[in-house]
Amino acid sequence: MRKSIKAAALSAPLLLAATAPAMAQSVDERVNELFASSTGWFVNLIFSPFPGTSFPWIVAWLVVAATVFTVYFGLIQFRAFPHSISLVKGDYSDPNDAGEVSHFQALATALSGTVGLGNIAGVAVAVGIGGPGATFWMILAGLMGMASKFTECTLGVKYRNEFADGHVSGGPMYYMTKGFAERGLPMGKFLAVLFSVFCILGAFGGGNMFQANQAHAQISGVVGDYPGWITGVVFAAVVFAVIVGGLKSIARVTEKVVPFMGVVYVAAALVILAMNADKIGWAFGQIFEGAFTGAGVAGGMVGALIQGFKRAAFSNEAGVGSAAIAHSAVKTKEPITEGFVSLLEPFIDTVVICTMTALVIIITGQLIQDPATGLYLLDEGASTIQTVDGNKGVALTSAAFSSAFGWFQYVLALAVILFAFSTMISWSYYGLKAWTFLFGEGQTTELVFKVIFCIFVVIGAAANLGPVIDFSDAAIFAMAVVNIIALYFLMPVVKKELNSYMARLKSGEIKKFG
Amino acid sequence: MSNKIVLGYDDSEAAKTALAFAVGLAKAQGAELVIAHVLEWSPYSFLTPEEIGERHKRRGEELKRAEEAVLAPVRKSLEDSGLTVSTELKYGHIAETLCDVIKQSGASHVIIGRTGHSALSSRLFGSVAGSLAQAAPVPVTIVP
Repeated sequence: MRKSIKAAALSAPLLLAATAPAMAQSVDERVNELFASSTGWFVNLIFSPFPGTSFPWIVAWLVVAATVFTVYFGLIQFRAFPHSISLVKGDYSDPNDAGEVSHFQALATALSGTVGLGNIAGVAVAVGIGGPGATFWMILAGLMGMASKFTECTLGVKYRNEFADGHVSGGPMYYMTKGFAERGLPMGKFLAVLFSVFCILGAFGGGNMFQANQAHAQISGVVGDYPGWITGVVFAAVVFAVIVGGLKSIARVTEKVVPFMGVVYVAAALVILAMNADKIGWAFGQIFEGAFTGAGVAGGMVGALIQGFKRAAFSNEAGVGSAAIAHSAVKTKEPITEGFVSLLEPFIDTVVICTMTALVIIITGQLIQDPATGLYLLDEGASTIQTVDGNKGVALTSAAFSSAFGWFQYVLALAVILFAFSTMISWSYYGLKAWTFLFGEGQTTELVFKVIFCIFVVIGAAANLGPVIDFSDAAIFAMAVVNIIALYFLMPVVKKELNSYMARLKSGEIKKFG
Repeated sequence: MSNKIVLGYDDSEAAKTALAFAVGLAKAQGAELVIAHVLEWSPYSFLTPEEIGERHKRRGEELKRAEEAVLAPVRKSLEDSGLTVSTELKYGHIAETLCDVIKQSGASHVIIGRTGHSALSSRLFGSVAGSLAQAAPVPVTIVP
């Protein structure tokens, strides 16, 4: 599928590769083959279906967990929503704590790690395979996932480690060890180690290779096809400069631009929806119809459901445990407040942004329907829906947005690169925290992790989408397997915090400042 | 009416001129001087995960540095002046935080140095002295 190199379209550093195209292609292919063959068993294990069905057990695992937390905490995602907004605004923050990490900052940083390619490319993969109906399940998964996020982030703050020098480390590995010990439960250490291993894999996979891969797809879509490893090397160099060289200025610029790009993205989506206002009703019709009938997509209704849930989980990471690391440094006396704030994350990420992407793809008619029956046409392999020009992944989203504004593909390319970059920076931090949990804090051990992380950037950009996305999903869901076990055991702790906080909020003991 | 004067202070030249003016005024009026140093901070700024993890540590370091480099020398220089001097070290939006200090201390006057921004940057971003003049609940003296 790789076309010949359009040297004219390449910018200066990329010209280097044009001199040896044959070699470059074979490097990509070799990386891809090696990668697919070495990770296949892991992917198969995580995504194996229930016997006699096509329903992967891991999807059920996430759905059941989100449902359990939603019920156990009495629809906390809806009950606490207004209070969450109030906390983010800083209504309950002590002015004397100014200069510490605010709820807003913890949320914004966690969001810049999760809002990313999952919202742009992941959604396109979901509707490309599962049809418009996947959107319904994705939104539902996003709403339910808010309860999972609430649970894990409360625990992340409650059991964080505050070191003597003032720096904070938190996350599932800490609540697994400290929380389990506190409740007299065995196996905490074992779970923590297992989680850390998966977190490192997740950092290399979804937090890194998938990002590099899709960033490359986006760039080559704009400038013309060229070997992936070149993008990989450029990205790896910048990531290296930031995480090893301490070039904070790049990271800081990204952190500021990413929220802006997010707003631009949603605004562009809204404009496209407004331009096609007459089709919005039809699009929602497609979403609902597809959700319960499958509307002829591969795997029918179950196929749509699996895709929706998979991509939602991959995008908002609820139940995965990564957010517990990101949220744990907030300044608060009440761990539960960060739980409240964190439940906004799946809402913004999935219910708002992912839904925008899906609606734009559907409304701009990227998925080809049989004019006679209205059913979606499948490609030869019968695994994905035929799209205009055969686009998939990020290219599908790009085509959808560009069909309204031709120039938007450039904005989107920039957004993808920045999102990919900020997600990589976030995940390099999550992976590092897991790594130092296993091997201890220290400059050499940290450097080893960071170098390996950069190598995976190159591999990710060079490999094909299929194996990369499979491995990324598998690694991230493996984290969720371990994390959710811990959440089940520790959810009474959260319940106790919640009841105590709610009582004090009601009695007026906890009140707004100013 | 309390007899307290708040001075917005950093270690710029303008602030030093303002300090001299404030000391003179406080002596003449027999007033107490509250020297406030504000570290610019917004709870709505964006940080990287690493910065978030280290924020508490950095905050401690920043407060220590400000205390040692900015406030301690001033306190020392005023030791023998016979004035009652107190200091405030805070994080926040500079003009808004100075207003909070004024309200909390019950001061009746605030003094601030005019930093030498170009006309253009003041026009674009506003100046601390300008915002304070607009927002302060008490008379403001801007020392050029």
